[in-house]
Amino acid sequence: MSAVIERHLDLTRHDVRSRRRRLGLVVSICFLFVGAVVVMAIFGPLLAPQDPQAQHLALVSADPSSAHWLGTDALGRDVFSRVIVGARTAFFGPLVIALGSFTLGNVLGLLAGYHGGRVDALIMRWVDLMWSIPTLLVVIVVAGAIGASYWWAVALLVILTVPFDTRVVRGATLEQVPRPYVEAAKTLGVPGRWIVVRHIWPNISSIAIANTFLVFASSLVALAGLSFLGLGVSPGTPDWGLMLSENETLLFANPIATIVPGVMIALTATAMNLVGDWLDESLAGRGATR
Amino acid sequence: MSERGTLILTLIGRRLIALVALVVIVSLGVFSLLYLAPGNAVDVLLGHRPRTPATVRALTDQYHLNKPFLDQYWIWLEHAARLNFGSSTQTSLPVSEEIRSRLPTSLFLGVYAFILVVVIGVGVGALAAMRRGGLLDRLVVGVSVVSVSTPSFVAGVVLLYVFAVRLGWFPVFGAGSGFAGTLAHLTLPAVTLAAAGTAFVVKHTRAAFLGVLDQDHVVFAKARGLSATRIFFAYLLRNAVIPIVTISGVMLSSLIVGAVLVEVTFSVQGLGQLLVQSANAKDIPMLQCISLLIAVVILVANLLADIVYLLVDPRIVLGRR
Repeated sequence: MSAVIERHLDLTRHDVRSRRRRLGLVVSICFLFVGAVVVMAIFGPLLAPQDPQAQHLALVSADPSSAHWLGTDALGRDVFSRVIVGARTAFFGPLVIALGSFTLGNVLGLLAGYHGGRVDALIMRWVDLMWSIPTLLVVIVVAGAIGASYWWAVALLVILTVPFDTRVVRGATLEQVPRPYVEAAKTLGVPGRWIVVRHIWPNISSIAIANTFLVFASSLVALAGLSFLGLGVSPGTPDWGLMLSENETLLFANPIATIVPGVMIALTATAMNLVGDWLDESLAGRGATR
Repeated sequence: MSERGTLILTLIGRRLIALVALVVIVSLGVFSLLYLAPGNAVDVLLGHRPRTPATVRALTDQYHLNKPFLDQYWIWLEHAARLNFGSSTQTSLPVSEEIRSRLPTSLFLGVYAFILVVVIGVGVGALAAMRRGGLLDRLVVGVSVVSVSTPSFVAGVVLLYVFAVRLGWFPVFGAGSGFAGTLAHLTLPAVTLAAAGTAFVVKHTRAAFLGVLDQDHVVFAKARGLSATRIFFAYLLRNAVIPIVTISGVMLSSLIVGAVLVEVTFSVQGLGQLLVQSANAKDIPMLQCISLLIAVVILVANLLADIVYLLVDPRIVLGRR
């Protein structure tokens, strides 16, 4: 009987250990992948084996070969080089959105959560209103009115993403406010702004940072979608979303030219989401045991 | 009438007033698109048509451009209520006609995808919860992580390549004629559109079922020897439906946004494709009409979801939201 129980315990322990290791493997692959995308985004033009804009009109829609690893597109441009250089618009726009939304969302969320009352009601009304708006559609309609441009879309997406961060930060702040350390700081006469910045924020920063990775992933998808619809980057720019739509007609001739940019978008977004989830779990777990 | 009935009616009434207020705000924003566009309103409405004193005068009269902003808005709103949104700057045809001709395709696609989302999402989510930790459960959790982060236009292109180009099971583009033809042509778009929403519903259904499965009344029902089917429908499904109703508003938004991308990916002649074409061509009257239509659909659907939520869950404390 005891042997059975021991074996059972051993099994569960083994199970937990192996699962943790497997999770570690997935997350480290994600980190490696994101690292590779960052390198491509910064040094893209140096890494690309060929000029991403050069048109080889004699070699149009060609299959992959040793000269063109992923073949060429309808204008004879090297797809492999374009994928590498395309990391730039896939990385920097979402980065700006994530950071901008992080800053504004944290300020508003802390304000609402700490002060409560009318400030909270006002901010949360606005958040609720923005919450039901389909973000991408607003960007499409506004782009249709003022003209499409990548950085306009980025600016608009910052504003439309702020409610998301605000809600998360406010929820986390609300949990901290009734805790004894906040009360203690108040009793000691520490000014409200100081309490929020030096005492509350360090306790919720892990949640806010994990959330930022999720925001990055969804902004990447939104921006790539806009470029795919022809409302993002200007025509001719190497961009994964735009390549996907430009090369869609190549599905019969050189399908890899269409599939690879799409897979890059999906993999980068998945990696960012998984890193965000992992951060959320490990950092939140650390906070709970302390 | 019972107290609860009166309370529900009051709440619905209040929601209706809020709905009307929101429609006014949204329509003001939608109307302002005309002035948000660079250049003056006449040039925007002219589009590519030649600018002559006659056309300018005709447009000024038609849209009352020489009146104050709020008067213009009011006239525009009156016309909009009668579904008159002016004419497209691309085709010079009335906007409402173009939209009416494309609406059936988009509705078919939307309803098809919605059925897939609900049937597959709730079914798979429930199964995964019943066999918690099993192979199916882990598979479902893994697939939904990837599925949630894969944008619909990427999934669409991959599905198009595999099932239409390589295997030839489905047509590559077009809308088809007749019910069977439409069904065949819209299956890949509907599956693509449903993918992300399904993952979302699976996740929530699984969590909802896991929450209900461990409750005392379910254990007691099992102990009384009730059949598994009876327990599933009478005890599990009813309780698990509540969280699913609450996410239906978000789901609808994601379906509409997804439909825009999916219609462009598969060249489906629907409203989403029209929206993108109008945005690329700066066709303001068309943009105004489509965005107002979508806004009203989303607002009304959210209201309906709230009402269903009230009716399904008798525990909700009214007036305390």
